Amino acid sequence: MPDALLVLADGSQFEGRSVGVPGRTDGEVVFNTSMTGYEEMLTDPSYAGQLLVLTYPMIGNYGIDPAVEESGRIQPAGLIVREAAAFASHQRSTGTLAAFLQARGVVAIDGVDTRAITRRIRQHGVMLGTITTGETAADALARVRSLPGYDGVNWVKTVTTTEAYDWEAPGATRMSVALVDGGVKRNIMRSLASRRCAVRVFPSAVTAAELLASQPDGIVLSPGPGDPRLLEAMVGETRKLIGKAPILGICLGHQLAAQALGAGTFKLPFGHRGGNHPVKDLVTGKVTITAQNHGYAVDADGLDAAAYVSHLNLNDRTVEGIAMRNEPLMTIQYHSEACPGPLDNAGIFDRFVDMMAAVHGGVS
Amino acid sequence: MKPASVLIIGSGPIVIGQAAEFDYAGTQACKAVREEGVRSILVNSNPATIMTDLDVADAIYVEPLTVPVIERIIARERPEALLPTLGGQTGLNLAVALHNAGVLEKYNVRLLGTPLEAIRRAEDRELFRDMLAKLGEPVLESEICHTLAECEAAAQKIGLPVVIRPAYTLGGTGGGMAFTWEQLRATAQSGLAASPITQVLVEKNLLGWKEVEYEVMRDGNGTCITICNMENLDPMGVHTGDSIVVAPSQTLSDKDYQMLRSSALRIIAELGIEGGCNVQFSLAPRKDVRDWTGDTGKPLPYHVIEVNPRVSRSSALASKATGYPIARVAAKIACGRTLDDIPNAVTEKTTAAFEPALDYCVVKIPRWPFDKFALGDRSLGTQMKATGEVMAIDRSFEAALNKAVRSLEVGGRSLLWERHEWGKPDWFGHGDRATLRARLGATDERLWAVMSCLRRGSTAMELAEATAIDPWFLERLQNIVSMEKRLLNEPLHPDLLREAKRLGFSDEMIGQLADRLPEQIRTARHDWAIKPVYKMVDTCAAEFDAATPYFYSTYEIENEALPTPGAAAVVIGSGPIRIGQGIEFDYASVHAAWALHNAGLRSIMVNSNPETVSTDFDTSDRLYFEPLDEEAIRDIIENEQGGEAEPPPSIVQFGGQTAINVAEPLRRAGLPIIGSSAEVIDTAEDRRLFERFLQELGIPQPPGAAIFTLEDALKTARNIGYPVLVRPSYVLGGRAMEVVQNANEMVGFLALATEAAQGKPVLIDKFLEGREVEVDAICDGEEVLIPGIMEHIERAGVHSGDSMAVYPPMHLDAEEKETLRDYTERIVLGLGAIGLTNIQYVVLPRIDGEGPRIFVLEVNPRASRTVPFLSKVTGVPMVQLAVGAMLGRKLRESAFPSGLWPERNLVAIKAPVFSMSKLVGVDTYLGPEMKSTGEVMGIDRTFEGALAKALLSSDIALSPNAAILLSISDRTKADALPLIHKLATAGYSMYATEGTSAMIRALGLPVTAVTKVLSGDHPNVVDVIQDGTVQCVINTPEGRLTGSLRDGFHIRRAAAEHRIPCFTSIDTARAAIGALGIATEFEVATLREYLDA
Repeated sequence: MPDALLVLADGSQFEGRSVGVPGRTDGEVVFNTSMTGYEEMLTDPSYAGQLLVLTYPMIGNYGIDPAVEESGRIQPAGLIVREAAAFASHQRSTGTLAAFLQARGVVAIDGVDTRAITRRIRQHGVMLGTITTGETAADALARVRSLPGYDGVNWVKTVTTTEAYDWEAPGATRMSVALVDGGVKRNIMRSLASRRCAVRVFPSAVTAAELLASQPDGIVLSPGPGDPRLLEAMVGETRKLIGKAPILGICLGHQLAAQALGAGTFKLPFGHRGGNHPVKDLVTGKVTITAQNHGYAVDADGLDAAAYVSHLNLNDRTVEGIAMRNEPLMTIQYHSEACPGPLDNAGIFDRFVDMMAAVHGGVS
Repeated sequence: MKPASVLIIGSGPIVIGQAAEFDYAGTQACKAVREEGVRSILVNSNPATIMTDLDVADAIYVEPLTVPVIERIIARERPEALLPTLGGQTGLNLAVALHNAGVLEKYNVRLLGTPLEAIRRAEDRELFRDMLAKLGEPVLESEICHTLAECEAAAQKIGLPVVIRPAYTLGGTGGGMAFTWEQLRATAQSGLAASPITQVLVEKNLLGWKEVEYEVMRDGNGTCITICNMENLDPMGVHTGDSIVVAPSQTLSDKDYQMLRSSALRIIAELGIEGGCNVQFSLAPRKDVRDWTGDTGKPLPYHVIEVNPRVSRSSALASKATGYPIARVAAKIACGRTLDDIPNAVTEKTTAAFEPALDYCVVKIPRWPFDKFALGDRSLGTQMKATGEVMAIDRSFEAALNKAVRSLEVGGRSLLWERHEWGKPDWFGHGDRATLRARLGATDERLWAVMSCLRRGSTAMELAEATAIDPWFLERLQNIVSMEKRLLNEPLHPDLLREAKRLGFSDEMIGQLADRLPEQIRTARHDWAIKPVYKMVDTCAAEFDAATPYFYSTYEIENEALPTPGAAAVVIGSGPIRIGQGIEFDYASVHAAWALHNAGLRSIMVNSNPETVSTDFDTSDRLYFEPLDEEAIRDIIENEQGGEAEPPPSIVQFGGQTAINVAEPLRRAGLPIIGSSAEVIDTAEDRRLFERFLQELGIPQPPGAAIFTLEDALKTARNIGYPVLVRPSYVLGGRAMEVVQNANEMVGFLALATEAAQGKPVLIDKFLEGREVEVDAICDGEEVLIPGIMEHIERAGVHSGDSMAVYPPMHLDAEEKETLRDYTERIVLGLGAIGLTNIQYVVLPRIDGEGPRIFVLEVNPRASRTVPFLSKVTGVPMVQLAVGAMLGRKLRESAFPSGLWPERNLVAIKAPVFSMSKLVGVDTYLGPEMKSTGEVMGIDRTFEGALAKALLSSDIALSPNAAILLSISDRTKADALPLIHKLATAGYSMYATEGTSAMIRALGLPVTAVTKVLSGDHPNVVDVIQDGTVQCVINTPEGRLTGSLRDGFHIRRAAAEHRIPCFTSIDTARAAIGALGIATEFEVATLREYLDA
């Protein structure tokens, strides 16, 4: 029996080597095409419930640096790579990828033809799968076929903070931001803090009233995992926030705001996960390269006439952002906080700060 | 805004630092510009390029790349715009010169791509530093200097070691590192001399820092994207063109990667470039490798080292590494398109506004000329020395590296190769760090030396300290060494074999280690179902369905290159550009692919060279980026065969010696070849067979023999009489070929020739000093077409690739031409050669009353380096006809029937171009071993006009009223007399060495004697060159291994380093002197106009 197996719901199987802890782990198999940033991806809460395939074949080359983690734990259910580097080299590295996976108890496989897996997903769409050790392929497949679907689970609940907390600000602040944590990445807080914003992070179940009670200068709806259609309560609360305070929605936050404004969402066949997606700002005509990680997209049909589509993905023309004509609300489907990915869109945070300043007359 | 017409400047001849990549770039650009409906006008002096083919641009000028000539082109074409960013540094420098001369303004020509101001800011060191300071980018401690004194002062301030970088030069020419004050003075002088504006940068030495490059693009809307980043395995200190490079970067974290990416994008935006740009960075290494001061809690420190505001060698590599057609997109942007409205030619669904994602590792290794120049200085520094490069793709670094080494084609060496002395017990110093560091200095062989150390127990960390190569790379090399040990020690079993293949071990390496024959390993692989699969280079890591037929091999599960139905043929390419096997063979390969496609077959291209047009994914119906060895080619053929009964045939006659070398292995494997068979090739190459063959035909050949031992060599030479020509068989470009004058020289030279022959015999022929002529012929098996005869200006003894060749021949009478036609037809038909054959003859002066005296020197049943030149000047589509013949078409059914094709009403001269200033320690004299790196063409109505242009383009035109240094061997003194008279009449002042000055004085002409004794009185011969007293040298050497050759060496090197013409053949000098004063009388016209006259 091979050391480790990856079995997909369509019956395909790939033999490899276990590079995490022994065991079994199930999830929706998705791929990301970024060539760097594996540690950031591994700690991104939006991968909850998923088995992450990294298309770049040599992963772990520059080791592990705790300073770049985007959350407190490894978020995907498992990792699938062509090769987990046995040797890591970087000024900041504290250990290898495999040691990191093992220390955090994550099941992972390497030595598999990740391009073949990626092509399968691209052709047939994302599907469930399992990484398993000490199990026959037949047993594993039977198990995969009996798994509940990924889309039926409220993954946000599994990753949001249980208690509200304040993000430590480095110095004097000039704005206060309330952030709804649907699975936030730390660099969103860092980006706001470096723009002199005090950030208070709330659990996803927070109500609009509670948020507004903290009298924030602006509200950030964070990214997060899973099907946004399951998040009716969050959509409802978001609806109550519109018009009450400047809002920035990122990724899941964008999908929540869009739903609150009447739009729908749908599942993409194999998602957008990578650091190379071109997005056009329809207002300025500028194209920037963005970091992306989402499996669902906004369907602008039904969008409130007070709102408009502000950004478009040039690869598949899906909605990448919306804004309102007369209210301080802007959302983006991509990740302006990068980590991993291009830093081209950090300006979104500046725009958000300007938006808050315009509303509240804050001092720049 | 879209221009109506645009003038594109090509990069001229292939020289070190500016190679085939600009043919690729220019060809893509011309095609893209035409697609946009813009009239394209191209000027390039290099005939060996696809871009100068009649149908690539709307108007093609093969004319000298000088301001006056380009002004004449602008005056007659009146282009609306000029696109200078695709012709390398040559194009950029010409754009600046045209602007400075007021030409652009006078004719109202708009500059596309890169604004003049941006060129200045990127190239002028002072402006460059100002720009970086403005952007808040880290600026490297440095001083701009214009004199030696300033350089010394700057180095005092910065502290040694420093790097000296001349402004506005190619491939870092003239620059270098200085560790001592003596080195500083020497390098500063050569750097100042090399810079056209006499300006150098004296810069803090970042030796040992990582070197990383980004290829970025920007459009008129300000959209900026990165195409690719690349990391040099060799740290700072080695020119990036001489570094082993990987793509994407391997040791950069996402934070490092994005930090440098953002910096590159800020720079291209600030420069306002509309097109492509290359930014080079140094990034701090691990502190345990090289310590630096600074806060390790902060982002790693970096410096911006250099910006190339144009398409560059690196962008060609990035294009091939990613599949993103940078030059094509740059040209479209220049025509006013934006990235988001240019379709992605790879996916055909998305746009050009995205960043490629790689799901493989790319390794580039430079191809250095030291196999030809064994005495050259092999050390690598800031001055580039490689003539070409190879690239390999695989799913691991180890595999890509192994494949790249296989692609180099340096004497068949794999990564297992070691120099004999490395095995000596204390060679690497036994743990002595200083010795290890010295032994592992950067040379072309360092990779192998490092492997050797790892085999002998050095650790990756020790080697990292010695070389500053990142330990990651060294650990990966250690993986390879560990596999070597397993193959040596363990019985071969399927898992082990599969693992070795996944690390890129060739069957040959595995066989060597596991004590089997390569064929046994192949059989084992088949038995155990261990076969490569082929994955696509699709720019997007499989995220989108892509249409590119661009593949690499790897040992994985899924094969994406499924055989497609229909007849196909495999074109074996020519591998890296090297001296003796240049871009001409890529030209032929590209035309072969096109001809196959046009004939309704699927063309399958195999090549390993990222710089070329042949490795563009739209040149062939399918491209395999693979080494050109037996294993790779057989694997590809098997893959293409699929389940069919017949494998697709291969074409081996266009890829130079590289392709010819696989003919025999293919025959052994029972795989079909179309065109001349392996047997035909063998008959032409095997001395004994060939002699008998010619005897039977009654065609004379210089007497000689094929020998293996010195004893036989001496005996043969005694029998036929000295001088004799000595050369290894089966070697292209005259490697280890020499005219030997006596037995002493034979003893000295034979060892070199024997080594180069690699077990094959060495040929010894009577050396006949006559007029050398060259003929290319196309045969369909029944009839022979001879497109033209070329006559060499230098007499026999100078390698044909280093000779100036004239079409049509100037000195042959009708009877001689008829004899050449007759011999050629009989040889080609007699051999049974199908397709192209090149034959070299020597024509001796006629004796009254007797017939022509013509001898066959060499027959090559393949495309020669004259194919592009001759195709262009005769209008005969030689490769297309040759491919047709291979496919069974008859010449008589074509528009080009058999016989000697009528001469065109034009004169064209192909002249060689050398890169000698870059190769320290290499003797520049012309001999039977080829030394040139490229070629130019002068074409005109008259011989004089063509000659003047050829000299101008190859940079050896004489300026009038200059001073000239003469040092003439006794052998050539008689020949030199008329030249000396002519020089005196033309007003040249003459300087000469002792014997030569005596001769000139005896003629009653004024001359200044200069000593050639370097240790004695001043000024000596080197002084007058160095201080600029003379602007040209004529030095004819006596012969190899004699005193005169050694004396002359210093003269020739000094001339090379000071970039003044140095004639070592009296024939070339005669031509150059003959062309004096006619430089302004030549015509400027398109290739089409010359042909149609």
